[in-house]
Amino acid sequence: MKCDICHVREASVHLTEVINDQVSKLHLCEQCARTKGEEMQSNFGLTDLISSLMDFSPSVTDREVQKDKGVKCRVCGMTYYDFQKTGQLGCGTCYETFRKDLSGLLRKIHGSDRHVGKMPFMGEKAIKDQEELQRLKAELDRLIRAEEFEKAVILRDRIIDVEQKLKKE
Amino acid sequence: MEIGNLIKRKSEWLRGEGPKSNIVMSTRIRIARNLDGHMFFDWANDKQRKETLENGIAALKKCSFFKKTFLLKMKNVSELDRELLVERHLMSREHAVDVKHKGLVMEDREVLSIMLNEEDHLRLQVLRSGFNIMEGWRMIDEIDTELGEHLTFAYSSKFGYLTSCPTNTGTGLRASVMLHLPALQVTDQVPNVYEAISKLGLTIRGFYGEGTEASGNFFQISNQVALGYSEMDILDNLERVINKIIAREEDTRDYLVKNKKQETADNIFRSYGTLKSARVITSRETIILLSAVRLGVDLGLIKDIDTGIINELLLLMQPAHLQKMNDKEFTPSERDMKRADLVRERLGGE
Repeated sequence: MKCDICHVREASVHLTEVINDQVSKLHLCEQCARTKGEEMQSNFGLTDLISSLMDFSPSVTDREVQKDKGVKCRVCGMTYYDFQKTGQLGCGTCYETFRKDLSGLLRKIHGSDRHVGKMPFMGEKAIKDQEELQRLKAELDRLIRAEEFEKAVILRDRIIDVEQKLKKE
Repeated sequence: MEIGNLIKRKSEWLRGEGPKSNIVMSTRIRIARNLDGHMFFDWANDKQRKETLENGIAALKKCSFFKKTFLLKMKNVSELDRELLVERHLMSREHAVDVKHKGLVMEDREVLSIMLNEEDHLRLQVLRSGFNIMEGWRMIDEIDTELGEHLTFAYSSKFGYLTSCPTNTGTGLRASVMLHLPALQVTDQVPNVYEAISKLGLTIRGFYGEGTEASGNFFQISNQVALGYSEMDILDNLERVINKIIAREEDTRDYLVKNKKQETADNIFRSYGTLKSARVITSRETIILLSAVRLGVDLGLIKDIDTGIINELLLLMQPAHLQKMNDKEFTPSERDMKRADLVRERLGGE
C-alpha cells in the first residue's frame, strides 16, 4: 500500500483520526508520518486547545477580553492575555482575578465550573473565610484602579478586620 | 538508591496480575496539588521554585509513607536515568527537562511516585497492575489526606483544587487505564470505541511506541472531566465504560477463536516465531509482534511463557532500558540489534 501523502513510499504507519466525530484513516510512510505527527502536535497541543476554547467562548466578548487583558493578578502579575498565550495560570489567586472568564472556560472544558469533590484538611469554614478575603482584595484592586479612593479606604479597613479575625481563630 | 537497579527487577505494575489482567495492563491514578500562596511552577522565578520544592519535601518527610520511599533531585540524575524513569512511567517526559528545582519521590516497588515541581507543585501517582481503579484511588486518597495535614493546598470552594492548567482544576484527578485490545483492532471496532467514549467525558489515545509510531493495539483511556463531579463519580464512570469495553473485547476474542481460529493462530505463531528468531528489530515491530503473542498467551495457545514476560519486554525494549542494561550508548540501528538479542533471550529463542 502506498503512502496517502507522498504516494511514493510504502505505507507502514496507520493512523486513525477522529475529528468532530468523523473517523478517518490515513496510511503513511515513516517520513510523512513524522511530519504529520509534528503537525498534529503543534495543531492539537493543549495550549492550542485551551486557546481555541477561549477564542470561541460566547461568555467573553471582544470588549471584555480587551478590558481583561489589562487586569493583572495582584499576587503574580499575570494578565488574562498572558494566560491565553501559555494556557497556564500564574497562581491560585488568578482564579479569583479572572473568575468570570475562567468560569466560562471551565464550563467549556468540564461542563461545569463548580467543584463537588474532596476538600482539603483545613475545613469548610476556613476555606469560605479565605475566599471572602480573596474576593475583598480583588475588589480593593478594582477600586484603586478606578481611583475610587474613599470607597477603597473603607474596604481596606474591612479587610484588616477580617484578617485579624482570621488570625485570632 | 541506584536507579540502574530498577531494571534488575519487575515493577509491581508489570506483574501481569490483578483483575482483568488479560486485557488491562495497568491502572494509574494521579492527582495534582499546589501550595497555597505560591506561584505555579511555570510562572515562578528561581527562588520561588526552590521554595516550593523545599516546602514540598519538608511536608513529605513528615508523612508516615515517606520512610518507604526515596527522594531524587532531578538535577543530580543523569539524562539517561531520567529517560529510564520516564520509560517506567514513574514521571512525565516534561519532568525530565528543565530539571533545576525538580524532584521525584518514589517507592522501591514503584507503586507510588510523587513529582515535585512539575507543571503543578505536587503530582501524586499510584500505578497498579491490572484493572484496579478503586484500590488505586483509596491509596492515593489516603496519601493526599495525610500530606494535606502538613501543607495548605491552593483550593477554592467554588473551583476546587487550583491547578496551573484549567484542564485539571477541581478534583485534580486523572485516572488512566491501559488496555490491550487486539481483537477489537483486528475487527475494526476501535473507531467505534473512540467515538463512544469521547461523548462520555473520557479520552483515548494510543500507547507505547517511540515518537509518531503507531502503537500496536495498546490504548490508554482516561477521564477528561475533572470538575463538577465527585472523585467517586468520575472513577465510577470510567470503570463502567471500561467494563463494557473489556466485555466487548472478550466477546470478540471468543468470536475469533470460534470463527477465525486458523487465521488468528497463524498470526500469533508467526509473530512468536519472528520474535524468537529476529536479529534486528525495531521497537514498532516488537510492539506489534508482542501484542500478538500476548493474545496467544491469553487465549491459551502459547503455554510456555506468561503475560508478565511480555509486559516486561515491552518495558525493557525501550531505548533507555536497552542502553542502561548494556551500560553503553547505542545508535538507533545498534539498539535494534540489542533489542532483538534481548527478546530472543527472554523468549527462549535461538
